Amino acid sequence: MRNFARSMLVALAVMWSWSALADGQSPMAPAPAHPELRPVLEAFGGVPGLEALMDDFMAGLLADPRTRPFFENADQDRVKRQLVEQFCVILGGDCTYTGRNMRESHEGHVITAAHFNALVEVLQDSMNRRGIPFRAQNRLLAKLAPMHRDIVNEPPRR
Amino acid sequence: MKQKSKGHNRRALALAALTAMSLSPIAALASTGGKLLLTGGVSQIEGAAGGGLTPWAVIGGYGTEGQFGAQAFYTRVSTDDYRLGVTGLALGISDRVELSVARQRFDTRDVGAALGLGRGFLLEQNVYGAKLRLVGDAVLDQDTWLPQVALGVQHKRHRQGDIVRAVGARNANGTDVYLSATKLFLDSSFLLNGTLRHTRANQVGILGFGGDRRASASLQLEGSAAFLLRRDLAVGAEYRFKPNNLGIAREDDWWDAFIAWAPSKHVSLTLAYADIGNVVIRDDQRGWYLSVQFGF
Repeated sequence: MRNFARSMLVALAVMWSWSALADGQSPMAPAPAHPELRPVLEAFGGVPGLEALMDDFMAGLLADPRTRPFFENADQDRVKRQLVEQFCVILGGDCTYTGRNMRESHEGHVITAAHFNALVEVLQDSMNRRGIPFRAQNRLLAKLAPMHRDIVNEPPRR
Repeated sequence: MKQKSKGHNRRALALAALTAMSLSPIAALASTGGKLLLTGGVSQIEGAAGGGLTPWAVIGGYGTEGQFGAQAFYTRVSTDDYRLGVTGLALGISDRVELSVARQRFDTRDVGAALGLGRGFLLEQNVYGAKLRLVGDAVLDQDTWLPQVALGVQHKRHRQGDIVRAVGARNANGTDVYLSATKLFLDSSFLLNGTLRHTRANQVGILGFGGDRRASASLQLEGSAAFLLRRDLAVGAEYRFKPNNLGIAREDDWWDAFIAWAPSKHVSLTLAYADIGNVVIRDDQRGWYLSVQFGF
């Protein structure tokens, strides 16, 4: 029992130190590039594919009551353009991201984890409609998911 | 006997559905269902959110921070000589705390008669569970290998204490403590879970706690691996090491291979092929595992 308690404590201490490390490296960069994901960009149909995806995605965001309030008063064409740039950069394409960083561009809204996931679901629906293979979708989502730390602000970050 | 058992299954299923529906006013009051499909896992045989055999570090139900979630389930494992039926409920609070309760009914069928207990004698236990998410987000923290980690407890109370003590168990009640680490590797659509369990349970507690070979608790490892085929479909396998405390009834490790399908955030179905090895006087127990879950 004593040995067990000690090993549990050591395990916990290791977990906590990991988490402190993870918290320290908050990625402020809006769109770190991943040249190795170039094949995924091809699976999305390159920049024209991303442009078509964003048209469908924005329509989906405006149709879904969970995400509509965040986009109905936005400059939708600008948002779509910047999403194309951002996804293109992430997927190793020859683009330049011209938008603000993730934290600044979202701080005007109250955004929960549920809002963040709702946007992911709308994006997944759009990617399905565009016929993008599930595994390619997940390779992009794996790069977008950590942005939750800069986008979700309710409850306020510790 | 067969008739009776079927009636019980139907009642259990109806109960699970009713419980899920009676909770839906909560769902209507606050916003719920913020998690992504299948990322709360399914219900494991002791009532916690996880794979089929093993708890995961995820919190049951579809609630995210600030939301509630819940899941009710019925699971049946039919092997050559036994049938295990489990009914249970788990409540997730703010994606941080999970409270669960489950009733396991182990139908001894013909073995019950051979042991002089009577054909179809039921060994039953209640499992009261709690789980606390300590760190990490298994799904969203994709830029670090840090898993989601949770600490859990399962307090088990057997309802036929005299019988399991007669088989050689030291106690009719026991408490398992476990630490689970779960990580989704989204860029390869792959999920891994490891659980370390501190337990005295014989056959998860169906044969009581502690025995002549070992009276005290031991640490047992449990693992799950799953591959996502679609948002609503996962296949995988699990392995659960088990203690072997009873001299008269050898206990084997359990494993299964499963497919889980979630047509919506309110329903999931899991089908598995399970091998639970030797149980009392019957060896090589294998068969189908079927689980249905309702929730939000």
